[in-house]
Amino acid sequence: MRGRTNAGLVAGGALVGLVVLTAVASFFWTPHDPTLVDAAQKLREPGGGYPLGADKFGRDTFSQLMVGARTTLYVGVVAVGIAAVLGVPLGMIAGMTPRGWLSELIMRVNDLVFAFPALLLAVMFGAVYGAGTLTAMIAIGVATVPAFARVARAATLQVMVTDYVLAARAAGRRRPAIAVRHVLPNIGSMLIVQASVSFAIAILAEAALSFLGFGTRPPTPSWGRMLQESQELLFSTPRLALWPGLAIALAVLGFNLLGDGLRDYLDPKLRRIR
Amino acid sequence: MTLYLLKRLAVLLASTAVAAVVVFAFMALLPGDPAEIALGVNATPEAVAALRQQFGTDRPPVAQFLDWSGGLLQGDFGTSYVTSSPIGPQIGDRLGVTAVLVLGGMAVALAVAVPLGTYAAVRHRDPLGAAISAVSQVGIAIPAFLAGILLVFVFAVQAQVLPSGGYVPFAEDPGEWLRGLLLPWASLGLVQGAVLTRYVRSAVLDVMREDYLRTARAKGRGSTGALWRHGLRNASVPVVTVLGLQLATLLIGAVVVERVFVIPGLGDLLLNGVAGRDLLLVQGVVMVLVAAVLVINFVVDVAYHLLDPRLR
Repeated sequence: MRGRTNAGLVAGGALVGLVVLTAVASFFWTPHDPTLVDAAQKLREPGGGYPLGADKFGRDTFSQLMVGARTTLYVGVVAVGIAAVLGVPLGMIAGMTPRGWLSELIMRVNDLVFAFPALLLAVMFGAVYGAGTLTAMIAIGVATVPAFARVARAATLQVMVTDYVLAARAAGRRRPAIAVRHVLPNIGSMLIVQASVSFAIAILAEAALSFLGFGTRPPTPSWGRMLQESQELLFSTPRLALWPGLAIALAVLGFNLLGDGLRDYLDPKLRRIR
Repeated sequence: MTLYLLKRLAVLLASTAVAAVVVFAFMALLPGDPAEIALGVNATPEAVAALRQQFGTDRPPVAQFLDWSGGLLQGDFGTSYVTSSPIGPQIGDRLGVTAVLVLGGMAVALAVAVPLGTYAAVRHRDPLGAAISAVSQVGIAIPAFLAGILLVFVFAVQAQVLPSGGYVPFAEDPGEWLRGLLLPWASLGLVQGAVLTRYVRSAVLDVMREDYLRTARAKGRGSTGALWRHGLRNASVPVVTVLGLQLATLLIGAVVVERVFVIPGLGDLLLNGVAGRDLLLVQGVVMVLVAAVLVINFVVDVAYHLLDPRLR
């Protein structure tokens, strides 16, 4: 069983690593300026300095994909960051005082936010503040808070009944100290897994939003918008849809495999036939 | 059970009411005065004031909210500031289209996931069983709108057997209606089916390890018979939960898929509303979508209790 578990972890890690490397490399080098409009290269076939060809504006597809990786990771990191920074403390408070009014309030608000999916929030934010990468990231982040809060709460509830927490309470440690010294380190692995899974969902959400015109604005390259621009040319130049589509699918697959692999790796109890 | 149902119903009503406050408050943040926007820059202050009075936007926000939410209870979503047409009927028409899209997608997802997931669980040591798991993992990574573009490429561009988009009402031509919906259903359903396959597989695997199933096999039922008689209902409990969550995902996925296939559903109405700055329309559509998610969650919770007698 361990062999297969590690295979998923390795494949996921490799795919995520590839996306990260591409994004980092794009800061130093791209074959062409990804935003450079060049009528002479319009819909150019792959080859001769344009490994994947060029789009209807003559922009190099490969360079756009490279910088698109940056956009994808940027949105994922900020959205998951917002969700974790808000969701984890709330979930821990709810888990450490399971019978308090605060816990009840947190979980009810959580359920309410859960009824507003990321896409709907982003469209609402976009209508009020104008669509863009920032509103998309905040919307995806806020919509992901309940997922983190639920996982943090469930994991905290388990940790709170362990002997070492009882011992710490008996020794007179205050709640914040217990939270930082005992709870957080022990729910960390669950949170890392959640982060990886949420990252995959954030990538999907950003791609969908950019596709609808509610995400990253032109000229900043984004895989979702590349797909949207390619749709009208599907009959004549289908390769324009192929590459960003492949990039999205591989990035999401990578983070999903990484999350599954980490879950099995970090929690040996779950290491059984699944 | 009745007590549970009543309690859960109260939670549903309370959360819908709070959601209405949130949606209203959020849209009230929108910069710009609808009356000024409607009349343009050259309007006289008197004309703007008159229109404001006609829209009712000159009154305090609380009064506006009570007016709006009171109307909602009677199915009245107000009159658009931009097109001056009532919003309720528009939402009603579009809701039907989106519902057909979502339910068809769900049917495709179930038709894919239940047989494949069960097979992958029963034969989890076979290469084919393992292959199903691997393919489902790839399917999860493909967003519905990307699946839509791929399907259009295969069936509309290459094979040219199905339309690449557009919508024909059922009353006009049932055959064309069906042909137009096949690809949207497939793009929503195949992706969700991939997600669901994993849950069905893992639920059936769990059930297969239970003592009662071993007992049933020992009593002489074949393993298929035992699974059919005792396994499926037990395996359905976790699957129903996921199904509910997915129905909500499908509803939102439909918003994007409607754009891919140019289908006049709620998503299309919402995005057009945002583009045209039709505040009241956006508010109404968002409210309907959020309420739909809340109702789906309610139905799932109740179904969960009905399926699992231990929870009663």
